[in-house]
Amino acid sequence: MTRAADLTLDRVQTGDVVPELAHDVTATTIVLGALASRDTRPMHHDHDFAVNRNGIRDIFMNTPNQAAWFERYLTDWTGPKGRLGRMKFRMRESVFPGDTMVLRGTVERVEVDATGCGWAEVEVALTVDDVVCTTCTARIAVPTGPDDNPWRRRGDDWRP
Amino acid sequence: MSTIETTDLPDDVTALIDVVQYEERGEFPVERGYVWTTCASVENGNPLFWDDDTAAALTDGPITPPTMLSVWFRPHHWAPGRTKVALPLQVHFDLKERLELPEAVMTDNTITFYDPVRPGDVITSSQILRSISPVKTTKVGTGRFWVIDVEYRNQDGALVGVETYTGYGYRKAGA
Repeated sequence: MTRAADLTLDRVQTGDVVPELAHDVTATTIVLGALASRDTRPMHHDHDFAVNRNGIRDIFMNTPNQAAWFERYLTDWTGPKGRLGRMKFRMRESVFPGDTMVLRGTVERVEVDATGCGWAEVEVALTVDDVVCTTCTARIAVPTGPDDNPWRRRGDDWRP
Repeated sequence: MSTIETTDLPDDVTALIDVVQYEERGEFPVERGYVWTTCASVENGNPLFWDDDTAAALTDGPITPPTMLSVWFRPHHWAPGRTKVALPLQVHFDLKERLELPEAVMTDNTITFYDPVRPGDVITSSQILRSISPVKTTKVGTGRFWVIDVEYRNQDGALVGVETYTGYGYRKAGA
């Protein structure tokens, strides 16, 4: 796959747009995501339960798998040295088979904290047909230079 | 309706604020099979999770995707002799019952990541009630907001993550 090679903080500015990610969601997407997150609740794999018991359109993507999509989206952008510090989710609408979900992010803030750790705050929206289903405010550590590695930080040097 | 301040909470509920409850050990050691299945499910090619040389260079060996934190606490779908499964966020359900608020929604979820979780780790979680609001009326009913932290620690006691949930327990208007 194509990946940005180790993004560094000097290449990040407020207002930058993180490259868009689009994915055609199938029943397999939903069920595999639920299986991977050990979630056996029927609304994530049983169409009949979802429609006739829950009264919704179909099975839908669970929250942990959405988090995994957000993580993949952000680290596709940063490269493997990007280290997530914090994610805040707001769930509004569900994601169903047949949807094309699109993740779009904008850098809202760039900073270097008191320990010298570089951070980007990114506001990401997961949309389907331009309707916002989930938003995620992510704080992700980005190396300040080619020799920096946020994964080395421990204890008081890591302030997510 | 009048606003009831937090001090009007039952004493036994107030006493629970900042108290560690429901400490629970994961049912199995963290393992890479779920890491690869998760990465496959979202087509995540991050070499940290697929390439041991990259993991050795950047993180001193394999780690798990940070967003998998809650995965290590989902109970087995079945286990011999089990009669009851503890609900995730039991404190939330306790508050609903104690405060007689039959409906509830989660309004907010924040995950903060600390030390990486590694294959072989055994993670322990605990639930801590952080705050309860005065009675508030919203468009869905009347009730209280509460904030619950779920702290995750590895077998060495190191903090690996905190999930913070804001819940709203309420009674529907007219109910």
